[in-house]
Amino acid sequence: MAEVLVYVDHVDGAVRKPTLELLTLARRLGDPVAVALGAGAGATAGVLAEHGAVKVLTDEAAEYADYLVVPKVEALQAAVAAVSPVAVLVPSSAEGKEVAARLALRITSGIITDAIDVEAGESGPVATQSVFAASFTTRSIVTTGVAVITVKPNSAPVEAAPAAGTVEALTVTFSAQATGTKVTGRTPRESTGRPELTEAAIVVSGGRGVNGAENFAVIEALADSLGAAVGASRAAVDAGWYPHSNQVGQTGKSVSPQLYIASGISGAIQHRAGMQTSKTIVAINKDAEAPIFDLVDYGVVGDLFDVVPALTAEVNTRKG
Amino acid sequence: MSLRIVVTVKYVPDATGDRHFADDLTVDRDDVDGLLSELDEYAVEQALQIAESSDDEVEVTVLTVGPEDAKDALRKALSMGADKAIHVEDDDLHGTDAIGTSLVLAKAIEKAGFDLVVSGMASTDGTAGIVPALVAERLGVAQVTLLSEVAVADGAVSGRRDGDAASERLSAALPAVVSVTDQSGEARYPSFKGIMAAKKKPVQAWDLSDLGIEAGEVGLEGAWTKVEAAAERPARTAGTIVKDEGEGGKQLAEFLAGQKFI
Ligand SMILES: Cc1cc2nc3c(=O)[nH]c(=O)nc-3n(C[C@H](O)[C@H](O)[C@H](O)COP(=O)(O)OP(=O)(O)OC[C@H]3O[C@@H](n4cnc5c(N)ncnc54)[C@H](O)[C@@H]3O)c2cc1C
Ligand SMILES: Cc1cc2nc3c(=O)[nH]c(=O)nc-3n(C[C@H](O)[C@H](O)[C@H](O)COP(=O)(O)OP(=O)(O)OC[C@H]3O[C@@H](n4cnc5c(N)ncnc54)[C@H](O)[C@@H]3O)c2cc1C
Repeated sequence: MAEVLVYVDHVDGAVRKPTLELLTLARRLGDPVAVALGAGAGATAGVLAEHGAVKVLTDEAAEYADYLVVPKVEALQAAVAAVSPVAVLVPSSAEGKEVAARLALRITSGIITDAIDVEAGESGPVATQSVFAASFTTRSIVTTGVAVITVKPNSAPVEAAPAAGTVEALTVTFSAQATGTKVTGRTPRESTGRPELTEAAIVVSGGRGVNGAENFAVIEALADSLGAAVGASRAAVDAGWYPHSNQVGQTGKSVSPQLYIASGISGAIQHRAGMQTSKTIVAINKDAEAPIFDLVDYGVVGDLFDVVPALTAEVNTRKG
Repeated sequence: MSLRIVVTVKYVPDATGDRHFADDLTVDRDDVDGLLSELDEYAVEQALQIAESSDDEVEVTVLTVGPEDAKDALRKALSMGADKAIHVEDDDLHGTDAIGTSLVLAKAIEKAGFDLVVSGMASTDGTAGIVPALVAERLGVAQVTLLSEVAVADGAVSGRRDGDAASERLSAALPAVVSVTDQSGEARYPSFKGIMAAKKKPVQAWDLSDLGIEAGEVGLEGAWTKVEAAAERPARTAGTIVKDEGEGGKQLAEFLAGQKFI
């Protein structure tokens, strides 16, 4: 059967959920061969095998952490040469997209970014994209070379499908370009203990209506009652109430959870661009005319400082 | 010493307008107003700040690949303070994909001459965020992308990149391709003086033959990807909206329980 390369997003060997989703999609196209790079790459094999990887190509060279993007491109290029895959799937993170793009150019292949679904088609993989702030859905194919496709988180279920997961060392020879951009410092993001924003099944977001950094405790309490991630609008981020890494929208994270709860967010197009593909949308806003209400499955017109704590209390009661 | 900066700016359909696809499944540009992609204003801003803080002689050139109207994007950038502009326009460019766009940009940047390329983090229509990386690959120079802070000194560019797992400090020798995020600093508004001055600034027009690119390498025909179908997403069915009269939180909990979220 044809092989499909899957680029593994992991932190020190801990595989992130979007990669496991890619393995589900890859199995529709062929046998998944995973490529794991950097410190801890070898430790990813177990979980990748449980999810269908027939083979795991690893290389733990320091270059992947010490230089930007290009070493990873050269590793994938080596993997493509070793495996001759029918497709290359990469998680749609900012970095994943850059790696995929440069790989595509090097192997003379077209690239499709931010797919929300991938299926086998007559002339190769067909990718579905959700574009123009999710107002259109397109289906596209790569017509030249091997289909290089980046896929958004939450686009497929994570399914167990045990496979061999044989670990093989990938031999990569870096070019002069690979060491062009040096990483001179790195500050890891502090963990909040909450789920990753892009991977969470539920996201609870606050906007300008939250009216102050200290008031985000109200949003966090609801999130914690639901086991959710916390998001924020750009207005809340720009005001310094919440970190930029939690921003949802065009220039923040794009999320697609089962449930999205927006509190004190008006629903500007740039915010919608990052959350409109959420399965169920709920809004709490004191302005009945707020555009966010056009999107909702359920909306409460009211003061978030009344509604959100009441909801949190109710959730906690029902749980307990 | 002198420093030549080329800023790539895209002309895009207004996101607050009614964006849709034409019959050939390319973006319909006739029915909706276009403008300079807002995220490229940040690129222009950072280029101007680099120029202003430099002791060297710095020239800032703005470059767009797009239809005739794309001149508007160049005018806006010139009125912000860029020195000159290049417009690559050719009927054969219609329907070009990201790979093709990067080819045209790279050829034009090489022809213009450069030490530093500054781009936006993503366009506001295609939103792929891959063109700067592709241009760096084509030019064979360092990629220092998605910066929320950028500085040029002693023949090197450095900056901060806030990624998913960590915030990184990056550095590379010039020449290089940089892209900047909307966290890099508010973009300036053109002053009246700037708008008047922009009218006199040179806008150079190049077509594919000026860049030595064959028609078949770009456009719909030359694209390495193909859009097979585009469908407007069905409008969401009207949701339930309740007014909070003391029970809003409870009612919402009821809804969430019904959907099995609690
Ligand atoms: C290039 C560009 C990129 C952008 N990228 C993003 C992005 O990634 N993400 C993003 O979010 N935005 C982005 N924006 C900004 C976007 O245009 C909006 O300005 C922003 O989303 C507004 O945030 P908001 O809804 O929190 O604030 P507002 O629009 O001010 O809305 C606040 C809402 O809170 C309600 N409210 C106030 N008090 C209460 C209360 N006590 N209880 C209940 N409701 C209350 C109000 O009725 C109002 O509807 C971008 C803009 C540009 C130009
Ligand atoms: C909805 C939609 C989906 C698309 N999906 C794909 C796809 O999956 N694969 C694909 O190959 N193409 C795709 N395209 C086509 C692609 O958007 C265009 O080729 C575009 O010219 C380059 O990609 P981008 O706009 O996404 O650029 P981005 O990579 O998001 O742009 C980043 C930066 O590059 C610079 N830049 C980009 N284009 C230009 C330009 N024309 N002139 C000057 N500077 C520029 C700007 O500085 C910009 O800020 C899509 C287009 C649309 C409208």
